[in-house]
Amino acid sequence: MSIARLGARALIYAVMFVLAAAFLLPLVWMLASSLKPEAQVLTIPPDFFPNHPLWSNYAAVFDRIPVFVFNSVKLATYNVVGILVVSSMAGYAFARLRFAGRDIAFMVLLATSIIPGIAYLIPQYIVFRQIGWIDTHYPLWVPRVLTPVFATFLMRQAFKTVPNELEDAAKIDGASTFGIYWRIMLPQTKPVLAAIAVFTFLDSWNDLFGPLIYLNSENLQTLPVALAQFQGEYFSQLSLLMAGATVSVVPVIVVFLLAQRYFIQGITMTGLK
Amino acid sequence: MQSLVSAGTTRETPGAATDPARAARRRHNLTGWLFISPIVVGVVAFQFFPILVSMAASLTKWDGISSPEFVGLSNFTDIFTDDPLFYTTLWNTTYFTLASIPLTVGIGFFLAVLCAQRVRGVSFFRTAFFAPYVTNVVAIGFVWFWFFHPSDGVVNGLLGQVGVHGPEWLSSSTWAMPAVIVVSVWQGVGYPMIILLAGLQGIPEMLYESAKIDGASSLARVRYVTLPLLTPHFLFLLITQFISSFQVFGLIYVMTKGGPGHSTSVYIYNLYENAFAYGKMGYACALAWILFAVIASVTYAQWKLQNRWVFYA
Repeated sequence: MSIARLGARALIYAVMFVLAAAFLLPLVWMLASSLKPEAQVLTIPPDFFPNHPLWSNYAAVFDRIPVFVFNSVKLATYNVVGILVVSSMAGYAFARLRFAGRDIAFMVLLATSIIPGIAYLIPQYIVFRQIGWIDTHYPLWVPRVLTPVFATFLMRQAFKTVPNELEDAAKIDGASTFGIYWRIMLPQTKPVLAAIAVFTFLDSWNDLFGPLIYLNSENLQTLPVALAQFQGEYFSQLSLLMAGATVSVVPVIVVFLLAQRYFIQGITMTGLK
Repeated sequence: MQSLVSAGTTRETPGAATDPARAARRRHNLTGWLFISPIVVGVVAFQFFPILVSMAASLTKWDGISSPEFVGLSNFTDIFTDDPLFYTTLWNTTYFTLASIPLTVGIGFFLAVLCAQRVRGVSFFRTAFFAPYVTNVVAIGFVWFWFFHPSDGVVNGLLGQVGVHGPEWLSSSTWAMPAVIVVSVWQGVGYPMIILLAGLQGIPEMLYESAKIDGASSLARVRYVTLPLLTPHFLFLLITQFISSFQVFGLIYVMTKGGPGHSTSVYIYNLYENAFAYGKMGYACALAWILFAVIASVTYAQWKLQNRWVFYA
């Protein structure tokens, strides 16, 4: 390697380190502040690392939040499982089954999805109020689980790439259509299923707007909204707020690190081609 | 499921024995529709039907509880002639969008180029740049809210170190929007980075080699190889970023609640307040359809203009 190339490489590293620090700084600050006594949080120049990590902030937060964590986990689970089932069934039918009206149905689904959710949010809200769903968890998973158009589109693409031979062999062995879908085809599409699961989890876990408009009772609240309400309550206890924020972010970072490959695959898959 | 389906069809079609092909076709149709029935029911009940109701509701005065009162197009005329907040929020949303898209896509491109270098530990950097994108807006809003604190915040602390007296940020009607834009760019830049990184990795090495042989400098190679081949990715990003930026809500809700004054009040925030704070459901539906018209026409224009600049290899 020539000196010039070595220099270029060193420069790239330096730039990347500085940028990575800038991108991680707010998250590190959040984590560090959550471990500080209140007096050490806001100091100029910023005092980044706690002198003595103070875990009691977490004890105080965990005292308050188990129900919110439970609600968030419950909704994320319903959404992930439901969307995987509904989108894989529909995707399979659109890709591999022949039936009257298939292509028209697919076009209608895609066309409907072009209209942004905000355009029909209000009638949805009113209907949910009519049927007594306000201040329940139903609006936060039932409509989502039953309308995964985009995931269906991805699943359809995935099922189209499975070779016909596999299906033919299963048919000869006497497998039913459902058996072929469940035992033969579904395992072939695991990476796409994983990508959809990760996306759905993040969407559900981070959703702010839905719980904000549909939920009133505190014991039904999800983590982000509960956190937003903490802000008013604990405005002067910054380290406590940061402990709460950290708790809401950690599961997402963990899921992301574990499933990074599928996540990135999902993004690039959805983006182009 | 299969047995259930065939049992149903044989009962309905006594002629099945004489016309097996027809029976099989019918069974196929039923199986297919069974598989897609959850999503079909869902889309009709939770999207298609509410869309029609929303169109109708936009022509009414309706609080969502008492029966709607038909008012023709007066919601629309009121919005355009009698609602200063409409123009304020439309302008704020445009400001937000026009500033955040070039920054997000531009910085995303720069990061993608960095991450495409063959350096050790690149996955760490990619993760670092991407982490904000997956974290929730409330936690992020908190952190940055305090970063922008006028006297005790990190931002003004750092500016102070270099002798700049920082503004009041979130409590200044001039600086609140730029502050929100900074946060939005910081959070959102991971997405274009991933898309463009995939694009970069899809460019055949051969093209760079041959450009090199033809004597192209590294800058020329970026200009004549990299950028043209990435134009489809840029088009995709412009379209998707426009659609999402124009509907920004979360950051605004957490960081400023639209203030100070109405300086960061964006379109969806206004719509949200009309619907859920003031109970003007019909009016909010009209606002939603105007937003849809704006998004649809800009998206259509972007699509139509692509042959001026997008290059398909």
